[in-house]
Amino acid sequence: MTVRVGEADQAPSFQKAALPLLEDAQLRKNVRHATDVITYKRGIVVGETPDWQQLRTAGSAIKAHTLRYLNEYLVQFEKACTAAGGHVHWASDADEANRIIVGLVQQYGGNEVIKIKTMTSEEIGLNEALEREGIRAHETDLAEVIVQLGGDKSSHIVAPAIHKNRSQVRQIFRERMNLPDLTDDPEELTAAARRYLREKFLRVPIGICGANFLVANNGSVCIVESEGNGRMCLTLPKVLISIAGIEKTIPRFEDLEVFLQLLPRSATGERMNPYNSVWTGVREGDGPQHFHVVLLDNGRTGILADAEARQTLQCIRCGACLNTCPVYRQTGGHAYGSSYSGPIGAIVTPQLLQMREAQSLPYASSLCGACYEVCPVKINIPEVLIHLRGRVVREKKSALDPEALAMKTAAMIFTSRRRFEAAQRLGRIGQWPLVSHGWFRNLPGMLGNWTRVRDLRELPEQTFRAWWKERAKNGGPIEPSTPLRSARKIAQDTGHD
Amino acid sequence: MRVSLFITCYNDTLFPATGQAVVRLLERLGHAVEFDPEQTCCGQMHYNTGYQTEAMPLLRRFVDIYKDAEAVCVPSSSCVAMMRDHYPKMASEQTGLNRDPGLVRAVDELLPRVYELTELLVNRLGVEDVGAYFPHRVTYHASCHSQRSLHLGDGPLRLLRKVRGIDLVDLPNIDRCCGFGGTFAIKMGDVSAAMLAEKMKDVENTGAEVVTAVDTSCLMHIFGGLHRQRAGVRMAHIAEILAPTESDRLEEAEA
Repeated sequence: MTVRVGEADQAPSFQKAALPLLEDAQLRKNVRHATDVITYKRGIVVGETPDWQQLRTAGSAIKAHTLRYLNEYLVQFEKACTAAGGHVHWASDADEANRIIVGLVQQYGGNEVIKIKTMTSEEIGLNEALEREGIRAHETDLAEVIVQLGGDKSSHIVAPAIHKNRSQVRQIFRERMNLPDLTDDPEELTAAARRYLREKFLRVPIGICGANFLVANNGSVCIVESEGNGRMCLTLPKVLISIAGIEKTIPRFEDLEVFLQLLPRSATGERMNPYNSVWTGVREGDGPQHFHVVLLDNGRTGILADAEARQTLQCIRCGACLNTCPVYRQTGGHAYGSSYSGPIGAIVTPQLLQMREAQSLPYASSLCGACYEVCPVKINIPEVLIHLRGRVVREKKSALDPEALAMKTAAMIFTSRRRFEAAQRLGRIGQWPLVSHGWFRNLPGMLGNWTRVRDLRELPEQTFRAWWKERAKNGGPIEPSTPLRSARKIAQDTGHD
Repeated sequence: MRVSLFITCYNDTLFPATGQAVVRLLERLGHAVEFDPEQTCCGQMHYNTGYQTEAMPLLRRFVDIYKDAEAVCVPSSSCVAMMRDHYPKMASEQTGLNRDPGLVRAVDELLPRVYELTELLVNRLGVEDVGAYFPHRVTYHASCHSQRSLHLGDGPLRLLRKVRGIDLVDLPNIDRCCGFGGTFAIKMGDVSAAMLAEKMKDVENTGAEVVTAVDTSCLMHIFGGLHRQRAGVRMAHIAEILAPTESDRLEEAEA
């Protein structure tokens, strides 16, 4: 099995990838503006929902339960879907999923497909795989059209072109749709997209979609969207192929009640998605006559095996954590080197890749907790980030890694009062070559990252503990008469000194 | 009340004035403050950076020092968050030869007595007006852990509003992360700088001369950036605003 997540295994570190993005004033303005707008709208529709916290708890519980019994629910889904005339395929990794889908398209004799936005297809690199076999994939989600025509990459799991503004979109449409007179009037832009897309909806007989939810008890698949392009792709083609991660399963149709409240509010700040499609297998004379679901593992069972990080798979891909994240806000999604960006991407991508690649991503967070606060299924992203950082550290090859050395030295210092106080004294004495007029302005090594944009006051004459000692000596309130703990005992317990 | 102070490693080493203000404030309110010099660090930096093994002895050390304390006061919300969010799990997941089966219970018994400074004042001691005097324009940054882990709400602001002479101005985007994030500021220096730039803009737009918070660490970052720009804004931990009184001022003027 070879797990692939787009080209994340070859992506530069987050730090490196962020640099050109931080330079891109237009992109940063676009991302700030768009995430602010969605976050504001979300705040309103969440605020008006009195049982929001109960809904989150319910969503989290349903997902946690499903993951616990995923093997059973998947088989249940397969049975129900098959009974309704669908075909279920199992893919252990990206390549297998691509082979299955390419095979199906060839079997039905197509060389073109229309697609609804699916992050899973970006994860497995489906468009490229189709392209290699001479099959042309047309994205139909407006943002995906912009990304595809612009030769770009999506930068947000809900709004893939969030980094582009209207005039940039106009430029792309002008060049790629051959419309030299197009203005940046939103109506004109959408009309152009509509003309471009309608022709494909009516002509191309094979549709490819993802899935927001796979309903185990009746084999239904649910997709929510805002533009109606999805409805077109789900109803007009003769053949429909859905690619879905195995974690998209929910037990019962009734469970949609919870998720269809959580998802639109979190994703787009809407009470309800404009288009909610739920279908079960095939029905003669109505919609696609051939329906296939490809259930994708691609590293998910590995995540499932890690009890502390398993909650990652509860994600319903709403993107709320991206919109609220102060880190994503600065860089946009391309810094994450994966189809999954933002806080959720920082935990999904490296885990799918078994922590062998994308090791910088768990560090792409200040652990501010805003993501956890908005997550509709209560994924404690900061907790998972910290857990994954632990895995990154444990897998560090070299004992001479400067960070590991610094951390181990600091730990040694902190486990002994004597060493801690010696380090404080040493810092005070040894700091002079680096101090200028009472300030550090240019620290060496890793700490130089601090002083590149920040000053740091020099170490004071007197530490707090030295002040306290002096105060006690001068008759101030003295140290506890019976020390709460003797130094010797602590040293024994901690195995130091 | 007998208050045991956990000053935190960075306040001890870099910001003794914060600790001095805490002592002054609590003693002025009639409480006995104790400081055990065996204390060092809560282990947050190690734990959050992925060095969880290295944080474990620091948990043990903290529990050993404070297990008999009546109340532990910590003038840093992120250190308290470290304890509340992670100590129970760390204790229950101990492995190896040093495993201490009593630690889980010890942590559970100790944590309810550990308070961030403003929590101690507002929630435990039930005081909002501490009799302070601070005649300056101040803006308050709600640090991430104080909001989203400790849920301090408007506790710190209620304390500040009662300060005499203060000109308290709202900070726009008050709860947006300043970009410090511990080792994040070093490891992701450029992104951290971008986040800092936004925070500095918000602080400067208030026209405040003092930016305050319940965490000196965030302030070190925000103020470090402002100082680099010679912005003319200084930092003060909330204790340094709550400690001084009007009579202190008179004494200082006469001296």
